[in-house]
Amino acid sequence: MSEDINVKDGLRESATFDRTTMTEIRRAAETGIYDIRGFGAKRKLPHFDDLLFLGASMSRYPLEGYREKCNTSVTLGSRFAKKPIVIDIPVTIAGMSFGALSANAKEALGRGASIMGTSTTTGDGGMTPEERGQSSKLVYQYLPSRYGMNPDDLRKADAIEVVLGQGAKPGGGGMLLGQKITDRVAKMRTLPMGVDQRSACRHPDWTGPDDLAIKIQELREITDWQVPIYIKVGATRTYYDVKLAVKAGADVIVVDGMQGGTAATQDVFIEHVGIPTLAAIPQAVQALQEMGMHRKVQLIVSGGIRNGADVAKCMALGADAVAIGTAALVALGCNHPKYDEEFKQIGSAAGFYDDYHEGKDPAGISTQNPDLMKRLDPVEAGRKLANYLNVLTLEAQTLARACGKNDLRNLEPEDLVALTVESAAMARVPLAGTSWVPGQKY
Amino acid sequence: MKTIDLQEHTVRDLNQALHDQAGECTIREWEVLEPKGQHNIACGLDQSLAVDIKGHAGYFCAGMNKKAHVTIFGNAGQGVAENMMSGTVRVKGDASQAAGATAHGGLLVIEGNAGARCGISMKGVDIIVKGNVGHMSCFMGQAGSLVVCGDAGDALGDSLYETHIYVKGSVKSLGADCIEKEMREEHIEELTELLNRAGVEEDPTAFKRYGSARQLYNFKVDNASAY
Repeated sequence: MSEDINVKDGLRESATFDRTTMTEIRRAAETGIYDIRGFGAKRKLPHFDDLLFLGASMSRYPLEGYREKCNTSVTLGSRFAKKPIVIDIPVTIAGMSFGALSANAKEALGRGASIMGTSTTTGDGGMTPEERGQSSKLVYQYLPSRYGMNPDDLRKADAIEVVLGQGAKPGGGGMLLGQKITDRVAKMRTLPMGVDQRSACRHPDWTGPDDLAIKIQELREITDWQVPIYIKVGATRTYYDVKLAVKAGADVIVVDGMQGGTAATQDVFIEHVGIPTLAAIPQAVQALQEMGMHRKVQLIVSGGIRNGADVAKCMALGADAVAIGTAALVALGCNHPKYDEEFKQIGSAAGFYDDYHEGKDPAGISTQNPDLMKRLDPVEAGRKLANYLNVLTLEAQTLARACGKNDLRNLEPEDLVALTVESAAMARVPLAGTSWVPGQKY
Repeated sequence: MKTIDLQEHTVRDLNQALHDQAGECTIREWEVLEPKGQHNIACGLDQSLAVDIKGHAGYFCAGMNKKAHVTIFGNAGQGVAENMMSGTVRVKGDASQAAGATAHGGLLVIEGNAGARCGISMKGVDIIVKGNVGHMSCFMGQAGSLVVCGDAGDALGDSLYETHIYVKGSVKSLGADCIEKEMREEHIEELTELLNRAGVEEDPTAFKRYGSARQLYNFKVDNASAY
């Protein structure tokens, strides 16, 4: 609900029909079309802020923060791949397309990730030379649209991520609106300039988990079983999806919660489909544990990761690594206050901008406008991203050491408590100060 | 010629041997015996090889093919020649659904019938089907040509971009934004060339042409009922 600035005058705003809601009703009445936007869910959701760590004291033995090592490296894809990926920190960069993002932004993501020894990921539209050149570890997304998909790039990748969905819009496809379709983007996607590019919501040549198993085998055959194959799902029926993904032969499973971002989709989709990241992790971990595959098939979690505490909490709940998208863009300069005046000129404000699909981003990130793109220096932006990734890692290590863990992956649910009944039920950890886990016997 | 019997060797053995030809090509002609519907046969080739598969193939046969000429002396399962980049894939029998899906180039010839979604999301391949194609064929077709010498099922060319479609027989129904278009001289020439490349004897003037009306290229709320 919006801030109630008129309460002193005896006026009362409706909690149901607040100003944001009324504005949307008026917008819909004026235009007759749903709102399309980027970013992720903006509604308040049960999240990692609702969890706390139980630092060591008498019953646990802490590690010295400035002396004792706390390992952060993770090996991904050890189940079948001849060449698993080893990342130095458990924070990867999620898939974001060239087209949705500028070439400079993609290059900056690669630079930042490479400085920190972690991976970045392509997106719809294929792999650009800039991105491959600047990314020491690059995950190639295999998407329903297959825009720009070719076997040469497939073989250049360090891993392949078969995308079944994303947290912002599980069950939905994508759309890159015509205003962002420059000549280069159009050529990479084999489509005319200026045409809205619809990305299909399901793959064209397979239809279910049994087919997917054969598709994964095909990808392995084409790459001679060298590189790991990930399966990415939007968080919905996560328990079942993870079990099917393991059965289909995934090396790594990526679960993207509903706070995960997108370049463009309907607001109603972003806000009303999927489950919070917090709720998805225990489902995924349970599925892996029941199949005896926890830590054998690695779990990457994304959707609303902002700081080292979020990283550590994901890992305590059983993730092997996390992926960031929105936070990485903010580190590059997305929504930066220095562009506030220009954001206002396009009907937004710094910190609120989400019309990525319009291609007018003053920060030069979610745009194909050559003048705007120049504003983002990929070297400087890459350095900022590396700094940010470093902070995430240091923060996560700080918390792990406080819990007595010499490896981030040694964090465990027993290290956590919840502040609310909802988060306790979703995360399956006790409500703080009690031994009560809602939904479980006690 | 090198012969590999898939009852004695695995598909992995075969594909690795074929992939090993991508650098220096030492054996150009290959024969695959007893495939018995196994999946992913001869996928990911990247050399001008001639591969004859003597029997039925399963899913994704010749997937992502580059340069090679693959002939299936039998039927092909789902997604034959999916995402092909170049070369030729010829199916002597029928092909299951999603034949030539998302393929960017090359030539796919199906001498029998093709199932549903033939040429779905095709991006530059040329597909010639001597028989019929199933429903939703050429869905979201972006580039290239689909030639159907028999009949086409429901919703042909739904949400079509720039693929050229030629059908000799009947079309059960056209998909959203797909319309019949005038068959001009340049289209007769294009179709003649396609039929010649495929080695198919048909009269090009007996075909009708279908293409995109380009009304759904940019989202307009007035078109909501078409989506």
